[in-house]
Amino acid sequence: MAERSDYLAHQFVDPIQQEQSSTLGMWVFLATEVLFFGGLFAAYTVYRFQFPEVFQHASHHLSVLLGTINTGVLLTSSLTMALAIHSAQTGHRRQLMAFLIITMVLGIGFMVVKGCEYHKDYVEHLVPGHSFAFDARYMPQAQMFFVLYFLMTGLHAVHVTVGIGVIGVFLILSLKGRFTPEYHTPLEIGGLYWHFVDIVWIFLYPLLYLVGHHR
Amino acid sequence: MITADAPALPTGAPQLPREHFLNVEYGVKSWLLTTDHKRIALMFLVAVTLFFFLGGAAAALFRLELLTPPGDLVSDHTYNKLFSIHGVTMVWFFLIPSIPAVLGNFLVPMMIGARDLAFPRLNLSSFYLFVIGGLFTLVVMFTGGLDTGWTFYTPYSSMFANTYVIAAVTGIFIAGFSSIFTGLNFIVTIHKMRAPGLTWFRLPLFIWAIYATSVILVLATPVLAITLTLVGVERIFHVGIFDPAIGGDPLLFQHLFWFYSHPAVYIMVLPSMGVVSEVITCFSRKRIFGYHFIAFSSLAIAVIGFLVWGHHMFVSGQSIYAGMVFSMLSFAVAIPSAVKVFNWTATLYRGSVSFETPMLYSLGFIGLFTIGGLTGLFLATLGIDVHVHDTYFVIAHFHYIMVGGAVMGYMSGIHFWWPKMTGRMYPDGWGRLAALIIFIGFNLTFFPQFILGYLGMPRRYHSYPPEFQVLNVMSTAGASILAVGYLLPLVYMLWSLRYGRIAGPNPWRAKGLEWETTSPPPTDNFEKIPTVTEGAYAYPERKETAHG
Amino acid sequence: MLGLWVQLSPDRASTVAGKVDHLFYFLIAVSVFFAGLIFTLILVFAVKYRRRPGNEIPPATKDNLMLEILWTAIPAGLTVVIFLWGARLFYHIFTPPTGTIKINVVAKQWMWKIQHPEGKMEIDELHLPLGRPVELNLISEDVIHDFFVPAFRVKHDVLPGRYSVEWFKPTKTGKYHFFCSQYCGTGHSRMVGWVYVMTPRDYQRWLTSGQPTDPLAVTGERLFQRVGCAACHGQESNGRGPSLVGLFGQTVHLQNGRTRLADDDYLRESILRPNAELVEGYQPVMPTFKGILSEEQILELLAYMKSLPPKEGEVQP
Repeated sequence: MAERSDYLAHQFVDPIQQEQSSTLGMWVFLATEVLFFGGLFAAYTVYRFQFPEVFQHASHHLSVLLGTINTGVLLTSSLTMALAIHSAQTGHRRQLMAFLIITMVLGIGFMVVKGCEYHKDYVEHLVPGHSFAFDARYMPQAQMFFVLYFLMTGLHAVHVTVGIGVIGVFLILSLKGRFTPEYHTPLEIGGLYWHFVDIVWIFLYPLLYLVGHHR
Repeated sequence: MITADAPALPTGAPQLPREHFLNVEYGVKSWLLTTDHKRIALMFLVAVTLFFFLGGAAAALFRLELLTPPGDLVSDHTYNKLFSIHGVTMVWFFLIPSIPAVLGNFLVPMMIGARDLAFPRLNLSSFYLFVIGGLFTLVVMFTGGLDTGWTFYTPYSSMFANTYVIAAVTGIFIAGFSSIFTGLNFIVTIHKMRAPGLTWFRLPLFIWAIYATSVILVLATPVLAITLTLVGVERIFHVGIFDPAIGGDPLLFQHLFWFYSHPAVYIMVLPSMGVVSEVITCFSRKRIFGYHFIAFSSLAIAVIGFLVWGHHMFVSGQSIYAGMVFSMLSFAVAIPSAVKVFNWTATLYRGSVSFETPMLYSLGFIGLFTIGGLTGLFLATLGIDVHVHDTYFVIAHFHYIMVGGAVMGYMSGIHFWWPKMTGRMYPDGWGRLAALIIFIGFNLTFFPQFILGYLGMPRRYHSYPPEFQVLNVMSTAGASILAVGYLLPLVYMLWSLRYGRIAGPNPWRAKGLEWETTSPPPTDNFEKIPTVTEGAYAYPERKETAHG
Repeated sequence: MLGLWVQLSPDRASTVAGKVDHLFYFLIAVSVFFAGLIFTLILVFAVKYRRRPGNEIPPATKDNLMLEILWTAIPAGLTVVIFLWGARLFYHIFTPPTGTIKINVVAKQWMWKIQHPEGKMEIDELHLPLGRPVELNLISEDVIHDFFVPAFRVKHDVLPGRYSVEWFKPTKTGKYHFFCSQYCGTGHSRMVGWVYVMTPRDYQRWLTSGQPTDPLAVTGERLFQRVGCAACHGQESNGRGPSLVGLFGQTVHLQNGRTRLADDDYLRESILRPNAELVEGYQPVMPTFKGILSEEQILELLAYMKSLPPKEGEVQP
C-alpha cells in the first residue's frame, strides 16, 4: 500500500474515498437544508394562496432595489467562490486567497445591505409585533407576510454568516498552505454550501420582493 | 466469508482478546472525547436506557392514576405533564435514537467492513447534541413540566399552555440535529465505505433498513425543526402564524408536524425490521426468503411513508377528498410491511430453528407487529377512523408498532449483539424469561386498550366513566408485569459485564462481517479490511438427496 | 371477570353506527384471518423445524417469485376493497342530508355551550329528538376541541375561527356519552357531557320547559338592530353596505375580482374582519366587531341572516 498522506483520516482507505465521502456528505446535508427551508416555503405557499392580494401589497413595501443589489452581490460571490476553487485546483495560492477574500467581502456586503434593509423595515414599522403598522385594509394578514419575510431572510442570513465564517477558516488554511491541487476537498464542499445559500436566495428574491410587481 | 487472515478459531474455552476497543484506553476522557463509533454507541446505549426508564416511570405513574375512574392519585395538570413527558422522552430520546444510534452506530461500519463511520467527529457531535437536547428535556421534566402532549398541537401549545414549551421544543430541535447527523453519517458510510466485493445486494438487510431510516432522518427531521421553531416564534412574539384570530391556520401546524412525525414512526420500526431479518436467519440457520423483496420494501416504506401524513387529520377539517387520497396512500404503505412479515415467516420454513433470547424477541416482534399493522388498517379506513380516532384504539395501535415492534426489535438486537459489544454472554435462561414476561405484560397492557378505544374512551383522559374501569385495571396490571420484564434485562445485562461467560468471536455461529472479528472488536474493527465473496446469510446448506 | 360484565361494543344509536360496525367487523375478520395465518404458520414451523439431531443444517432457501407476487397482490386487492368501503362510508358520515335540525355548539376550555334553533341553551348536555337528522355547527373560542359521540360513531374536530359540521340521525332513545376527544389542556377530561335522545314529543316538551326563549333568528334580529348592523345592511338601509336579504348561500362578487360563496365562514369573517374580502362596489368603512360580539352572538346574527327570505325572482338552489 502506498504511503498514507497526512490528510487521510484513519477510517478511509484512500484519498479518493475520502473525497467522495466528504462531497456526498455535503450533498446529503444540503438535502436536509432544502427540507429545512422547505417548511418555511410551505408556510409561505399556504398563506400566499390564502391572502394573495395582501401579499402583493405587503411585498410593495420591500425595496426591490436593495433586493436586486443583493441578488447581484450574492451571484457574484458564487462566481468568485468557483474561481477560488479553480485557483486551488491549478495551484495558484495567491489567486485562491484573493478570490476567497473577495467572496468574503461580497458576503459581508450582502449582510450589510440586509442590515440596512432590516433597519429600514424597523423604521417603517414593518417588524411584526406591537409596533407593526400597516394599511388597515390588509391587517392583520399583512403581518403574516412580514413574519415569513423575516423568518426566511433571517434563516438565510444565518446561513450566509456561517458561510462567511467558513470561508474565513479557508483563508487561514490556505495561508498555511494546506490546499494543494491534490487536496482541496474542504474548499469544494464549502463551495457547494455557498452555492446552495445563493440558490436559496434566488428563490427568496422573487417570492418576497417581486410578487408585488407581477401582472 | 473473508478470504484471508481469518483468525483461526481458538480451541477450548474462548478467551477475550488481549486488546480491544474497551480496554485500549481507560479514563473518562478516553470515553468523552472518543471518535470510535463503538464507544459512541455504548455512550448512546447508556443515555437512551436512562431516558427509557424515565419515560417508563412516567407511564407507570399515569397507569396507576388510571386504575380508578376519578382522577384521584395526581391532579389533572400533573397527569397531563406525565403523558407529555412520557411521549417526548420515549419518542425523541428513546425510540428514534435507540436502534440507529446504538446498534446502527456499533454495527454499520463493522457490517460493511469499514474501520469507522465516514465522519467520526460528526458522530461524536451527534452524541453531544443528543445529550444537550436531553438536558433541556430533563430540566423541563424536573422544573416545570410540559403539558402539550408530544404532539404540540397549536394553538394550545403556541398560545394557551403555561408550561415550558419553549425549553422542550429547543431540546427536541437540538436532538433533531443529532438525528440528522447520524443519518447523514450512515448514508455516506453505506454508499462509500463498503468493503471490496460487498455489493448492494450482498449487504445485510439490517444495513438496508438503516439506510432507509437514514433517508427519513435526513429529509423529515429538518421539517420538524422548522415547525417547532415556528411554535417557539409564535409563542414568544405572537405573530399569528397558527392563530386563526389574526389570519393564521392551526391546521398548518398539523400538516408540518405529521410530515415529520408519520415518517418518524418508520424511523422507529424500520431498524427493528432490519434486526429481525438478521436474527431470524441466524436462528433458522438459513438464507432469508425473498432478500430483494425485503430490501426494497424498506425503501418503499421510506418513500411512501412521506406521503401519508394526512391520515392523522381525517376528522380535523381537511377536505373529504384529501382524506381519501391520504387513506389510499396509507393502505399502500401497509403492503410492503405485509410482504416483510410473509417473507420472515417463510424463512422459518424448513429451517433449523432454535429459540435463544434474541429469537424469542424477534418472533414476538413478528406477532405484535402483525397485530399493530393490521389495526393500522382500521385507522387508515376513513369510515372507521372517524369513530376510533383519538381514542385508546390509536394508543393501542401505535404501542403495538412502537413497543411491540420497535422495542421488541431493539431488545432482540441488544441481546443478539451484546456478546459482540461486551465480549460476554448474559444468562440465556433469564433472557428468555424476561422476553416471555415482556410479551405477556405487553399484551395484557395494550390489548384491552383496543376494546377501550372501540367503546369510545378518548386518549389523554385523566378521569373516565366507570364502565371503562375493568379494561383499565387489566391494562394497569399488564403495565406492572411489563415493568418487571424491562427491569430484568437491566439487572442481568449489568451482571454479565463482569460475570458473564466469555462469548468468543461468534457465539451464535452467525454470518456477517461483524462476527468475523474478535468480541469485543479492536478499535479499528478489523486486522485487515475483509474482501467479500458471497451474499448475505450464506449459511451452510444441506444437499437435497434422499431426504424430503 | 370477577363478576363484572365487560362491554365489548358501544351502544348503537345512530343510522351510521350499524354501518361503521359492519365495516369494523369485516376488518376484524380480515385481521383474524391474517394474524391467525401468520401465528399458525410461525407456531407450526417453530415446532416442526425446531433444531434437533438431523436438522442442524437445513436445505437451501429457494426464493419463489410466484409466492411473492401472490402475497403482494392479495393484500393489495383487499386494501382496495377496504379503502372503497371506508371512503364511501366516510363520504356518507360527513355529508349532511337536507332538512336537518341545526344546533350550534360553541366549545371553550372546558365546557360545551349548545344552543337549539328555538333559542334553548344548555351546557354539557345535548337533547335530541329521535329520528330527525341533526347538524351540529361547531366552533371553538380558544383551542382545538373535538365533539365525539361514541354511540353515534361520529366525531369532528372543533376548530377556532372556522365552522365545522357534524351530523347524525339518532335511532334509539337513551342517554349517551359525548366526549372532547382532542386534547385541549388541563380540564380536557372534564369536557364531557350527555346526549339525551328523546321521543319527538318529549323533545318538544323539553324545548318548551323552563323559561320561554325566543328563536335564534329573533334574538339575532334584535342584536342586528342593537349593535347597529341595520343602519347599513337593513331593509331600509343607507346603502353604505350591501343588503343581507337573501344573501346566505349566494355567490358574491368581491372587490378583488374574485367570487366567494356567502356561507357561514364568509359571513363570520366579514363581521370580524370586514375589509378582508370586500363586496364589489362598497367602501371599506365597516368597523370590526372583533371583541364586541361573542361566538354565540355571531351565530345568532347568522341565524337571522339565514332566516331572511331569498331575493325576489331568485330561486334557492
